[in-house]
Amino acid sequence: MELKPSATVQRKPPATEEQLRYARLLRLLMRTGLVMLVMTYAIYVTGFLSPHIPVQDLSRYWSLPVHEYLAATGLKPGWSWVQLIGTGDYLNFVGVAFLAAATIWCYAAILPIFLRKKDYIYAAIAAVEILVLVAAASGILQTGGH
Amino acid sequence: MLSILRMLMSLLNRRFLKQMAIMFLQLLLCLFVLGSASAADPSGAEAASASDMPWWAWPLILFVVTFFLGIVAVLGGVGGGVLYVPIVGGFLPFHLDFVRGAGLLVALAGALAAGPGLLRKGMADIRLALPVALIASTAAIAGALVGLALPTNVVQTALGASILGIVAIMMMAKKSEFPDVKKADVLSTALRIHGVYHEVSTGHTVNWKIHRTPQGLVLFILIGVMAGMFGLGAGWANVPVLNLLMGAPLKVSVSTSKFLLSITDASAAWIYINGGAVLPLMVVPSIVGIMLGSMVGVRILARTKPAAIRLIVIGILFFAGSRSLLKGLGIWN
Repeated sequence: MELKPSATVQRKPPATEEQLRYARLLRLLMRTGLVMLVMTYAIYVTGFLSPHIPVQDLSRYWSLPVHEYLAATGLKPGWSWVQLIGTGDYLNFVGVAFLAAATIWCYAAILPIFLRKKDYIYAAIAAVEILVLVAAASGILQTGGH
Repeated sequence: MLSILRMLMSLLNRRFLKQMAIMFLQLLLCLFVLGSASAADPSGAEAASASDMPWWAWPLILFVVTFFLGIVAVLGGVGGGVLYVPIVGGFLPFHLDFVRGAGLLVALAGALAAGPGLLRKGMADIRLALPVALIASTAAIAGALVGLALPTNVVQTALGASILGIVAIMMMAKKSEFPDVKKADVLSTALRIHGVYHEVSTGHTVNWKIHRTPQGLVLFILIGVMAGMFGLGAGWANVPVLNLLMGAPLKVSVSTSKFLLSITDASAAWIYINGGAVLPLMVVPSIVGIMLGSMVGVRILARTKPAAIRLIVIGILFFAGSRSLLKGLGIWN
């Protein structure tokens, strides 16, 4: 491609309004999520809260396929971890879920900008993406195991 | 933290870098021996607990391994996930289901951390990313569901074959700094996917546009399925498709690819989280290790020859991919 020297030094803004809003929110959520992850992990490994599965027993389970692991530990898939949030190991899922959900909030934040700009195609893309991510997060999409 | 990094940097020299690859391979072999002892018989829960090591040794080992992976990934220009899954899955005792779940979260955390800066600078393009992300994230959910439903040996074999395929792509794929796109296609025109890219190093401003958008979107179905099924970040595939096929400038492709992972991997990660395939004991040391390793890797980057490091990464991936393939086929357990 032929390079076009910047004859007119008109500096286009480096990012659009929606990019900047997405970036600002993502940075906040990412930093908060990482702090939560490290703090809950510290609580877990220091034994401040008793874990649902004792850490010294974990090596019995971590080489099992996930459906055998769930059967052996009596755990249920989906959002049932919320009921175990008071245990050291499942407290970690708060940070994990927070990070995994960050993208949903960022999309929700830029959707109004697309609507205001009457950019309906991108508003629709953002809305469908939110639905896809919420469907994935909801736990309604599950596999039968192997 | 900065003083620790500075101290590490002062220890680094060319001899260290040459020895790093050898050390890493030795580490992998040691881990393989430990991992084999720990998972001598994965058929039963009791039998699988043959490890004499204290529980805390495993997160520590994961931290050390992922710290090295973080360095190597940056120097080799690949994402952490593509190294994490075959190496941890092939050489440590954790089941592939948990390794893939952790691999996705590792790739996701890296992408979330990089995303704000790339978007703010305008390097990652949100108009390019959003349609691609919708296709790839939907496909990643399907890939994750299929991956968790398939027998482990099938996934392990397919993972090994895919990693060897990635090695081939890395060896053969060329890059184009500013691809020649004569005319934007109808779809990208309708979606208004174009931009202005200012190359600081040359002072040039390039108006970029893309073509072959429908073909690119079809390929992102495949990329999404593979990312979800194997828990790999998909930068190795995103970049060639965005850059070589669709014609986005290389830096825009690399940045948009990294941002894309934060969406694609989030959707697949939820399937693993809800499927129970996330072990907190693995996830946090892996994420922290790879992030700290990446920080050190960025600082080493200026002192290294990228081509040589890239060869080392290809060698490591070939070794790990072969191990995964042979493990899946029951030849090397």
